Order: sequence, then C-alpha cells, then structure tokens
Amino acid sequence: MNLRKDFMVLAVAGALALSFSACKSKISDADLKAKVETVTSTHPGVAVDVKEGVITLSGTVGSEAEKTALAETIKALDAKHTKNLVNDVIVETAPPITVNTVDADLIPKVVDATKDFPSVKAEVKDGVITVTGTLEQARVQTLKMALDALNPKKVDMVGLTVK
Amino acid sequence: MALQDKYKVLLDTASASGISDLQYAEQDGVLQIRGTAPNADVKNKLWDVYNQIDPNFLTGDVVMNVDVSSAVVGSQVRVITQDGNLNIRKGPGTDQPIVGKAAKGEVITLISRANDQWWLVRTNGGGEGYCYAQYLEPVG
Repeated sequence: MNLRKDFMVLAVAGALALSFSACKSKISDADLKAKVETVTSTHPGVAVDVKEGVITLSGTVGSEAEKTALAETIKALDAKHTKNLVNDVIVETAPPITVNTVDADLIPKVVDATKDFPSVKAEVKDGVITVTGTLEQARVQTLKMALDALNPKKVDMVGLTVK
Repeated sequence: MALQDKYKVLLDTASASGISDLQYAEQDGVLQIRGTAPNADVKNKLWDVYNQIDPNFLTGDVVMNVDVSSAVVGSQVRVITQDGNLNIRKGPGTDQPIVGKAAKGEVITLISRANDQWWLVRTNGGGEGYCYAQYLEPVG
C-alpha cells in the first residue's frame, strides 16, 4: 500500500515537473531560431544557433555598433524567450583605404602627372593637391584621373577655370 | 554618409559593373573609391558617371583610383595621348631622358608595371622604355 502511495507521489511529481518545464519553454528551439533569424537575415555575416532556449550569435559584422544593435533588437523581440543571448559575433572592420599624405613622395609624382598641362599649377600640402589655372574641358578628366591615381587625400580643383 | 548618397549612382554602377574588389569610404570629407575594373570600358564608364554628378570634377569630394585588370604583363595597350606622340623614357620619371616615341593610337606591348604611374613597354619597332601609365589603355 505504501509502495503504491509512493508511486503515486512520484507520478504526480513527475507530471508536475514535465508541465513546469513545458511552461518554461513554450517555444521550441527551432521556432525561436526562426524568430531570431527574421532579425539576422539583414546581416548576411551572422549565424544563429539555439540550444535549450539559449541563443548564440556567431559570424562577423562591420562595427561594434552593429553588434550591439543586433543583440538589442533580438532581446527586444520577445523579452520572455530571447533574453538568454550569447553574442559571439566578431567585429571585422575593413582595412582603411590607403591615402598618400607624404608630400615628399607626392610632389614629384604630381610634377610627372601635370607635365603636359602647362596652363595648370598644382600645389601639394598635407596630401591635398590644389589645382589652379586654366584648362580646356576635354582635358580635365585626363588630369583628374592622373591625380586621383596618386591616391591623394583630396584633389581640389575649385580654383581651376575650365574653358 | 552624405557623400555616399550624392554619389550613389556612381557606387551602384561600380558594384553592378563587375568591380570585384570595390572599396569606398568617406575620409576627411572626401569619398575615396578604389577598385579594379575588368576592362578599360568599365573604367571609362565610371568616370562618365562621376562627371555627370560633379561636372568637371571641380568639387573635389571624390578621389577615384580604378585600375584595369586586363592591363597585365604581355598584354597590348593603346596610346591615348590627347594629341601627338607619347614619350618613352629610359627610366620611370619625367626627369629621365627620352629614348623613343609612340604615336597616338598605336598599340604597343606592356612588359611590366614598374609602379602605378610608370609602365615598361615595347614598341612595334622593338624599342623599350617607360611610359606614363595614364596615356596607356588596355586593349580588350
């Protein structure tokens, strides 16, 4: 009799435990993953994994701000189910574009580039090439292409008169 | 961001024209654009679009340096001087002595790229020397 009673208690406790755990995660890992992916779909470098309600983000983004914003958006998505978030996303910034600001290197190159443009004067300071003088319209692009090819910080042609 | 909006058509054209390594960023108020075009036509098209947005490039808010991938060693390049001959020099620099000339429109052979500005070429007559790369355009 006692044994039977114990069994009953166990059974009830078991049923309760099951119902509690079911209550705890109303949403399946697969459904939660699908939900989170509605946010990450616009971030092609990011992957989502969900295990027992814990969301793990991996992959790469372009900035720290993007990484933080992504996590905040997911947490706000469904406060009850998306709070367990592991943000393993790596911030990978693109290498900066090389700009030549060494005047000593730029000056002789600018001399070479402007050799065939005697009506034009070009000065170099802190990587900025300032072009003045006059030039026929047909040759402006050739000049600009030659100067841009030197990777300067800027090519300022506001002072150039185009004929 | 504002510059990327102003030059959106240019950046979109670059992306759509097969510039695989396209890179752009606004640095110190200038939109720096780098990349390699599959051929000279694509490069010229980009410059046309740029000229439409900023006539005669006078604003100076873009520095665009687009290389052409077909300009490889051994390839043919056309002389695109405004008028007159292209000087062929002993070394890479306008301070170097002139050792030959190539006529406007002449197709010559690219032997090597000494640097981005000066390329070593061979004329059809067999003469070798350095030419200013801006006056050479890859054929095909």
